This record gives sequence, structure tokens and C-alpha cells, in this order.
Amino acid sequence: MNEFVETTITLEWHAPKRSYDVVIIGGGGHGLATAYYLATRHGITNVALIEANYIGSGNSGRNTTIIRSNYGIPESVRFYQHSVDLYAGLGEETGCEIMHAAKGLLWLAHTEMGMRAERSRALMNQACGANTVVITPSEAKELCPQLDLSGGGRYPVMGGSYHPGGATARHDRVVWAYAQGAMRRGVDVLPHLPVTGLLRDGAGRVVGVRTANGPISAGTVLSAVGGNVTGLAAMADLRLPIRTHPLQALVTNHYAQGFAPIVASSELLCYVSQTPRGEMLMGAEFDSQPSYSMGSSFEFLQSVSTKVIHLLPFLRDLRVLRQWAGICDISPDYSPIMGVTGVDGFLITTGWGTWGFKAIPAGGEAMAELIATGSTPPLIAAFGLERFAADHAMADQGSAGTR
Amino acid sequence: MLWITCPICGERPVSEFRFGGELPHVPDSISDEAARNLDYVWMQNNVRGVSTERWFHAAGCRRWLTLRRDTVTDTVVAS
Repeated sequence: MNEFVETTITLEWHAPKRSYDVVIIGGGGHGLATAYYLATRHGITNVALIEANYIGSGNSGRNTTIIRSNYGIPESVRFYQHSVDLYAGLGEETGCEIMHAAKGLLWLAHTEMGMRAERSRALMNQACGANTVVITPSEAKELCPQLDLSGGGRYPVMGGSYHPGGATARHDRVVWAYAQGAMRRGVDVLPHLPVTGLLRDGAGRVVGVRTANGPISAGTVLSAVGGNVTGLAAMADLRLPIRTHPLQALVTNHYAQGFAPIVASSELLCYVSQTPRGEMLMGAEFDSQPSYSMGSSFEFLQSVSTKVIHLLPFLRDLRVLRQWAGICDISPDYSPIMGVTGVDGFLITTGWGTWGFKAIPAGGEAMAELIATGSTPPLIAAFGLERFAADHAMADQGSAGTR
Repeated sequence: MLWITCPICGERPVSEFRFGGELPHVPDSISDEAARNLDYVWMQNNVRGVSTERWFHAAGCRRWLTLRRDTVTDTVVAS
């Protein structure tokens, strides 16, 4: 860790007021980024961010920190590419060391069908401004010498795609950077304050929130919660197409030899990278049944280990240090749901499934623009909740965690 | 680990089953027919608590069953 210069982060806590222009529910990356961009891009600082636990206690502190834009549909590629660009400059913009590291992402294919998917992904990405190229097995071996190209005899590497823009950043530091930037400009961040209800006026408009410490009125309320969004939306009589599934991950002990890129496999549904501490970090698809339980399972440990050891045999000699789970809001088309809800005064950013961390800057920036200007930015126009009624789902299975 | 009692095969580990989704339930408060259809097709109750679900015994008798499961503890309540 010593190669990173420690920067002091000061969080200026304020006493809550009774009324704000904007109240954001959920103190994860998306909520804090929205507050930050409201303050910095639009000069709106009469904002409260309410969090039931401590900031970054949900999925913002549980994800595998991968940043990339090699998605499968044009709207997603453009959106995530913008997020990748914002991440690259975030440390400088906020003055916080977020430990951003460009690593390159290797996406392996093990069948001819998989290669076809990677070719189409590369072409789609290039057409939409993201850099992804098709590579051969020997190029893959050059990028990641630890790879077993025979895939343990079961999953031979036929090639894949390479996304040089793939990066990681320290998730807690991203949360703190946005929190500090927002709080220094006057945003009130109120942790340990559960929201117990929404205030509605006679016409049904959402005009504030009820909390354990009394009501807080607001011009606009944004739900940026993860894991409990169905219950919160129900307070506004809003129905969502969201299922909440656990997503698990694990790290091993220190691997001293160094492991440069991020390695993922669509067909095996797993991904591996090395943290700045040297731990090998890996994850796979989300648990098949919805659950609000954050328990870890032996089945996950067994299945992800089996997969990654076929590709990277050195992992068999490492020890598993920690395994954990987060609860993810999965949308039916594996794309986020952002924007207006049809309920006046109530906006939503949800459906962040297994792809929320990489979207924090672009998602926060777009939601801030929507709150400030009242019109949905073109970058997120395709991701509105109304797409389901319009029969225009944005099916994108470009995530390693989704089948 | 979650164990599920299949009416045909008895108690089996969850890995033998495939989750088939919650039983759709459109709230009575939605009266408009198009809105009810939209809700039926897309919306989820995503219950935090006891959820009534369909499961498929994929690696067993390959029959469907209905299960009541607590989504907070991930345990079966009654089948």
C-alpha cells in the first residue's frame, strides 16, 4: 500500500435542517456522486443525503471495483465509456487519491460461439467509441503469462477480446472522494438515519421523507438506494421490475508474483483481478434465487474456484482469506433504471445489479443534470423506467456476472 | 445451505433446483387493464420476507413445485 500517497480526507458533518431543495436517499456511490455533481456542476448545495447505515456500507463497499465499457449495446457502451473517462480524471478533480489503475481487461472465449460474441462485442465497441480488439490465444498468453491456454483441458482459450481501458479503483476511496467534495460545498450528509416513509401532498406528489428523527421536506426526492429499492418505491406507490439477488466475491492471500490485467470469461461467468494489496479478487454470477440474505455460500466458493483454477492454475496454491456478499437490484434486461418515475417529485436510480460501481461517475452526473435542469440527459434517455411500458427493454448481457 | 423438500424426491440441496420466479401477483389497487398487464409481465413483488415461488427440480424428477421461502434468512417456511 505504501506506493500510494495517503491523502487526508476530511468529512464535515452538518446538523440536519428541516427542509432542502433535494433529498437523496442512499449514501452509496450513486447518491454521493449525484450530490457531488449537483454541487459542483450546477451550484445546488441545499441538498441532504440520507443514509440508513454509514456511507458506502452497501454495495459501494462490496463490489469488485472493475471499471470498463465493453458492453453489448450502443447505449450502454456510450454511457459506460463516459464513466470510464470520468473515473480517469476523478482523482485529480476531487483531489483525492482513489487508487485508479488502468490494467486492461482480457475477455476470454472458449468456444467458436464465444469467439463470435467477442468479435461482435469488439466491433460494437469500436463503433461506439470504446476501444476493444479481438486477440488470439498467443496474444492472450502474452498479456497474462499465468493463463493455461488449454483451460485445464476443459475450457481451451480460443482467443478473446482485449479492452485496454479496463481499470480498477479503490471503492471506499471513491465513496469518500465524492462525500468530501459534496460536504465541503455544503451538502448535508446524514448517516445512520433510516428513512421510514415518504411525505406526499394531496395530489400524490412526493414532498419529503419521514425519518427516525422526524420529517424532512424536499423539492425533489431521489432514491439511490441499493438492495431495498422495492420497499422504498412502494412508499411512493411505485412498482418496479427489480429482483434483489445476492452477489458474492472472495479474495485470496497475497500473490507476490504480480498479476497485471483483469481476466474475465463470458462462458465461465467469472472474473479475476489483483488488488493493490496483492490479494487475488474473484467473482462470478449472482445467486440464482432472490434473497436479502448477505450470507456467503460454500456452493459459490466451490463453483468459482473450480472455474478460475481451470484458467489460472496458480490460484490452486493460494488460500481464501475472505468471502462476502452484497445484495444487488437486478433489472429484467440487465440495464439500469434511471430518471423520472411518473410520481411527481420522485426520481430513481436503480437496477445497478452487478454493474453499479463502474457507472458511479456517469450515473451521478446524469442524475444531477436531470434534477438541476428537469430534463433527462440524452446519455441516459434509453434507461428510463417507462421503457418497459413502451416494450423497449434494453437487453444487455455484457456483464460477466449475468448470463 | 438451502434444502428444499421435493414432494417426489424428498429433501434435496438447492443446487439441484432451478429458481422459476415468484408467483405473479398484481395488486388490486391497479384497475386499468393495460396497467394490470404491464404489471403482470414486468413488475416484481420482490418480497422482503416470505415469498411464494415456483421452483423446478432440474437435476431430479424435473417437476415444478411451489415453495414459501423467507428471503431474509433464505430458508424454506412451508412447502
